[in-house]
Amino acid sequence: MSPRAAETSSTAALRWRRRAVGVVAAVALPVVLGGCQLPTFYGYRGSTKQGHDEFLLYVGTVIAAIVVGVIVAALIVWSVFRYRKRSEEMPRQFQYHIPLEITYIIIPVIMVLILFAFTFVTENRVDAIAASPAVKVHVTAFQWGWRYQYPGNVTVTGVTTEDPDPVGLNGAQCAPAVDCLGPGLIVPAGQTTQITLNSQDVIHGFYVPQFNFSRYAQPGVTNVFDLTVQHAGIYRAQCTQLCGLYHSLMFFHVVALPPAQFRAWLSSQEGGAASAALPLSSSNSTTKAAA
Amino acid sequence: MTVLAERPVTHEHEHEHHEGPSGLLKWLTSTDHKLIGMNYMVTSLVMFFLAGIMALLLRTQLSSPNSSFLSFQQYNALFTMHGSLMLYLFAGPFAFGGLANYILPLQVGAPDMAFPRLNALSYWLYLGGSITMLLGFLVAGGAAAYGWVAYAPLSSVQFSPGSAPDLWILGIALTGFSAIFTGVNLVTTTFYLRAPGMTMFRLPIFTWNMLVTAILILIAFPILTAAMVLLFADRHFGTHIYSTAGGGSPVLYQNLFWFFGHPEVYILALPYFGIVSDVIPVFSKKPLFGYKGMIFATMSIAALSTGVWAHHMFTTGVVLLPFFSLLSLLIAVPTGIKFFNWIGTMWRGQLTFTTPMLFCIGFLFAFLMGGLTGVMLASPPIDFATHDTYFVVAHFHQVLFGTAVYAGFAGLYYWYPKFFGRMYREWMGKWHFWLLTIGFWLTFIPQYVLGLWGMPRRVASYPANLGWRSLNVASTIGAYVIGISFVFLLVNLWVSWRKPVPAGDNPWDAHTLEWFATSPPVHHNFEKLPPIRSERPVWDYHHPDALTIEHSGAHSNGNGHGHLTDAGAGAGAGSSGDKA
Repeated sequence: MSPRAAETSSTAALRWRRRAVGVVAAVALPVVLGGCQLPTFYGYRGSTKQGHDEFLLYVGTVIAAIVVGVIVAALIVWSVFRYRKRSEEMPRQFQYHIPLEITYIIIPVIMVLILFAFTFVTENRVDAIAASPAVKVHVTAFQWGWRYQYPGNVTVTGVTTEDPDPVGLNGAQCAPAVDCLGPGLIVPAGQTTQITLNSQDVIHGFYVPQFNFSRYAQPGVTNVFDLTVQHAGIYRAQCTQLCGLYHSLMFFHVVALPPAQFRAWLSSQEGGAASAALPLSSSNSTTKAAA
Repeated sequence: MTVLAERPVTHEHEHEHHEGPSGLLKWLTSTDHKLIGMNYMVTSLVMFFLAGIMALLLRTQLSSPNSSFLSFQQYNALFTMHGSLMLYLFAGPFAFGGLANYILPLQVGAPDMAFPRLNALSYWLYLGGSITMLLGFLVAGGAAAYGWVAYAPLSSVQFSPGSAPDLWILGIALTGFSAIFTGVNLVTTTFYLRAPGMTMFRLPIFTWNMLVTAILILIAFPILTAAMVLLFADRHFGTHIYSTAGGGSPVLYQNLFWFFGHPEVYILALPYFGIVSDVIPVFSKKPLFGYKGMIFATMSIAALSTGVWAHHMFTTGVVLLPFFSLLSLLIAVPTGIKFFNWIGTMWRGQLTFTTPMLFCIGFLFAFLMGGLTGVMLASPPIDFATHDTYFVVAHFHQVLFGTAVYAGFAGLYYWYPKFFGRMYREWMGKWHFWLLTIGFWLTFIPQYVLGLWGMPRRVASYPANLGWRSLNVASTIGAYVIGISFVFLLVNLWVSWRKPVPAGDNPWDAHTLEWFATSPPVHHNFEKLPPIRSERPVWDYHHPDALTIEHSGAHSNGNGHGHLTDAGAGAGAGSSGDKA
């Protein structure tokens, strides 16, 4: 990565080093001055514990990518402007510079290994399975909807098909601020929910953008993962894996309730009764209990 | 092979060979690698333009939320065919069937490919496969609509009934065989038909990269063809290889597909790296920096590419994340070597920005951005957050657009004078480049942001209240600008055909053997060959006072500095008729 590419004169090398320091400083300074408030680079900060770990890795990787990208782009731009044809003089026909070539093998290898180390630590955190989660939910994807099976034989099914409102959502219950398309997965906030995911037909993608997380729902494969949603709220979610005609409409939601309210909702469902008023106004967690 | 010994006397038979059929019969029966290569190029460019028009339809649909410009079925069919045409019928065949077919025998100093009839068979299989796939649009229900990857079980007869998927599978199988035959031909030609003096380490990088690509084809395409045969069996013969119902495994399909699919990504990239590695030295007036390092980088990319397929399957939950992540990240190292070698080639050169060189610079920036986001996606947690979103769409379009479009058209402009003996119009080439570049960045940068915001790929519509509209509009405008830029290419081809400006044999003062042949090359290519003592025989021939200095440290070598001598070969060395 040394910008001293093909330089032999030491003054030019010094000049280059100063330029490189300037470039790195220009990129790094706003980050350092910004302190803890990391720029998000359009990513979500992660509403789950696992998603926040991913966010930190994402930001670090983006910063590294920007540094590398700016240096390489600067070298290209410099070459293009500095070495455009100015005379009929024949350039020196040099071809190899072994120390330089070895340098730009070793530096990327080191960078890759560092990135891999952070990746390895983060992926183990994201994929960690708690021994005793607060609640276990079995999620089954199908064309085109989701079925959530909670403890105590509570099953909620919602479909998104050509029928605009197949589960009697009645639009009116939706707060206009939130898009409420499709049924919701209800979990306790601040506690770990263990999701067991599979599919009854084709492959679907369980994706919650604000959780920075997706996982395939596949026939014949059972995936287990933990979500620890930090704060109560409604999180938009959508199927990401092409699953046929109505893939585009296979929306759902994750609704995180304070634990006590979650328990109350769950026990109210256990008899198969219809859902009482939910604490969150937009109760798109359309309950169609079918025990 | 005894062909080497025979090669120098081919010109004695020149007149006999010239007498053959002409017109349509010649086109149908020719085994000349140049004619077959041209057929490949024309056919694959037709596929490129068809797929491009499909892309514009897709982008039109997405320019507004809840759009009803296309139905869901039409949209799903169009993105399936857009991807299939671009990847199976354009990017690969344009490189290994078109450019390589035409250029590789010339670059090694051979009279033709090793197996000319097999070469012809390749083309006809490819044409047949392409038409077969396109016929899907004509059957009831429309073309296949399961994405270019055709994941099981969505591609099963239960979820994708009708005959269009069968036509698609058959099309892939036919073009798969065509690619395998071309791979055999390219490998054999490179190993056995090199001219005397053309040692392996004197091969042009384009030929080296095509050799490695051809080996990758032989590794990857049989797997694809086998996977397609099994898919067909599942659909029609009652097997349950990919269906859980009979104890099969849908994940098996993904493993087989990506064991082809990831080497395929490099089958679509390495030839184009080769073009860039040939073009940049020519317009920098220098040898390629780190020539041997470049070859080893290509071989390491190929080797690593066979062990990274499951990075497309990180979110399946059934692959060993650290292994595939580390190998995928490591590919950044040889790719980085290539970047620094290209920069080192330009370093202290005398750069002229003809259209091919501009396209190569455009490639560098496109591939830099696509490569860096690729490194991010090789990290499983980041992939979890962005998998199957527009972030991935933006990433692979930047990579593939960088290679197949930027570098591909760099190659087309670069070799155009060789193909036709006439010059394209430089100013139109530059308009093509700048419009393409504006359109390219405008199309794909918004898609990264859309992906990070959570817009999934392959959706035909999106809700109005998510704030995705303006970025989608920007992306659509960019796509149309790209479309308009290609009008300049088509007009350029038309004008330079109707009002020819002679190009001469070596208008670029280029380095490699194809520029020693006439433009266009005669039947069986060469009347005579220059001595081959480095990987730049034509340069050495014209610039005996400016030979390559092996090591940069050797400052004392007086040969390095001198004045550009008039190359004297062909009509217009260094001064093509139409430089703007």
